[in-house]
Amino acid sequence: MRLSPDEMIFWQLGFLKLNGTIVFTWGLMFVLAVGSMLITRKLSTELKRSRWQNLLEIVVTGIEKQIEDVGLRHPKKYIGFLGTLFLFVALASLCTVIPGYEPPTGSLSTTAALALCVFVAVPFFGIEEQGLGGYLKSYVEPTVIMLPFNIISELSRTLALAVRLFGNMMSGTMILAILLTITPFIFPIAMSALGLLTGMVQAYIFSILAAVYIASATRARKPKLEPAVRG
Amino acid sequence: MDSTTLIAIASIVTAGLTIALGSIGPALGEGRAVATALSSLAQQPDAATTITRTLCVGLAMIESIAIYCFVVSMILIFANPFWGHIIAQAAGK
Repeated sequence: MRLSPDEMIFWQLGFLKLNGTIVFTWGLMFVLAVGSMLITRKLSTELKRSRWQNLLEIVVTGIEKQIEDVGLRHPKKYIGFLGTLFLFVALASLCTVIPGYEPPTGSLSTTAALALCVFVAVPFFGIEEQGLGGYLKSYVEPTVIMLPFNIISELSRTLALAVRLFGNMMSGTMILAILLTITPFIFPIAMSALGLLTGMVQAYIFSILAAVYIASATRARKPKLEPAVRG
Repeated sequence: MDSTTLIAIASIVTAGLTIALGSIGPALGEGRAVATALSSLAQQPDAATTITRTLCVGLAMIESIAIYCFVVSMILIFANPFWGHIIAQAAGK
């Protein structure tokens, strides 16, 4: 019983292993990068545009609106990171309809790497927005006694991000594998539809949580005076 | 009863108990969360998107607890650290 795509070895040379996780991650990266490059080769701003460009615009404006709803004021700064997180995890889960494919997020290595990216990005955006002193001061809010708890909460929510995504993806594929040995055909199809749904929800959750963590790190500490006239 | 049997019994029973007890709490919590969300939707239907989004985020956080229990029980069954060690010991004897 395979616990993760880490155990599908395609090629081996000494201790360098090309396992399923790496190959499928490369495949997803290829599809996302080359697909976007092909679609954005000829962008048009008139009413007549290709349907692929429409699709990309829907996706990008949807993500921008979500980021703004969370409370980040300039979504264009963060959409590169957060949008990529969402698209990678969503595509990784959607491609389970392709036979022979295992989602690379079903391996703890991939989800730990994504969670580490968020762990590094939160202080990066926080320092960029508030300066090093301002960001470090947020750790001693509201009192100095909270310092160890704030640090522990940073580490534990990174761990929780990784294990949540890993657990959801792994349980989806494992339940499918177990059901296929018991009742082939109808019930596994229903479970695989449920797996697709939870995959999309987990992609959304991952990126929204990353956005919320970044928003809490870049929140202005003193209330800024809003301009009286709003354009 | 030698130690191999004991480890096997303990792992299997614990795996079953982990997932059984571990799904009670999250299920109850999610039921309460959805019930509150529905009543607040009935009170303020135009805040529907905000309420739905917050509900989904909250449900995912609650679900993670059940997922942790599932991961522990999968580890006990399929990636049991004590099992490999004890089998190696029995083979070496």
